[in-house]
Amino acid sequence: MAEVNTRPTSPESRRPLSPHLGIYSPMLTMMMSITHRITGTALYLGTLLLAWWLLAAASGAKAFATADWFMTSPIGRLILFGFTWSLFHHLLGGLRHFIWDLGRGMDHPEREYLAQATLIGGIALTVLVWVAAYMVR
Amino acid sequence: MTNSSNSMRTPLSKVRYLGSAKSGTHHAWMMRVTSAALIPLTVAFVWIVLSLVGKDYNTVRETLGAPIPAILMLLFIGTSIYHMKLGMQTIIEDYVHGEHAKTWSLFANSFFSYAMGLACIYAILRISFV
Repeated sequence: MAEVNTRPTSPESRRPLSPHLGIYSPMLTMMMSITHRITGTALYLGTLLLAWWLLAAASGAKAFATADWFMTSPIGRLILFGFTWSLFHHLLGGLRHFIWDLGRGMDHPEREYLAQATLIGGIALTVLVWVAAYMVR
Repeated sequence: MTNSSNSMRTPLSKVRYLGSAKSGTHHAWMMRVTSAALIPLTVAFVWIVLSLVGKDYNTVRETLGAPIPAILMLLFIGTSIYHMKLGMQTIIEDYVHGEHAKTWSLFANSFFSYAMGLACIYAILRISFV
């Protein structure tokens, strides 16, 4: 991180600064990097819901009914839909990182295709799972 | 790490196991290991949860308490908790710069991760054995 430049003529101040996020116009690959962290954080907080649901199932029928009521409510469904998307988006983002770890897919336009595949694949898998959820119900 | 030429330590001894973080590449390596494990485990997790949509209390307990789903859930929870703890640590180290705030955030990350992990594992074991 670059600090505020207090001595504009010192030798240190003439060193090049790493580019800041704020000076770029948004690019798809950049947005995928940011959403990878945001979805990761969402899944992190989502463990609260998973723990609640599992503990409710472990506690008894009444506790389970309360958790079930929340999860199946409109707001609960919206949160679970977001959780599902975060899970698949993050999973595909992780696969993309594995491809990069192997030294592939870093050039243009491959990295753009990978970013598009992450975005479209994440949405497609989410919709697929929710269609399946409503069908098995 | 210092690069002074009059150091008694060999370059290899400086990098072996250690580094500025005193843990070498362990964090980065475990991120890859947990990521790889989570590919099939996430599919298993989604499959198990999907099979429980709309099911009543007893059916949910029966399914989650059966050996294969219970073991898959335990593996998924253990691996993902470790994975998310490493990930959140990176986010904190990247964005929280004050020493106090950073230290407390890293503490909170550990507390939250272990609490969630233990709660989920306890619940699965209780459903399985009680």
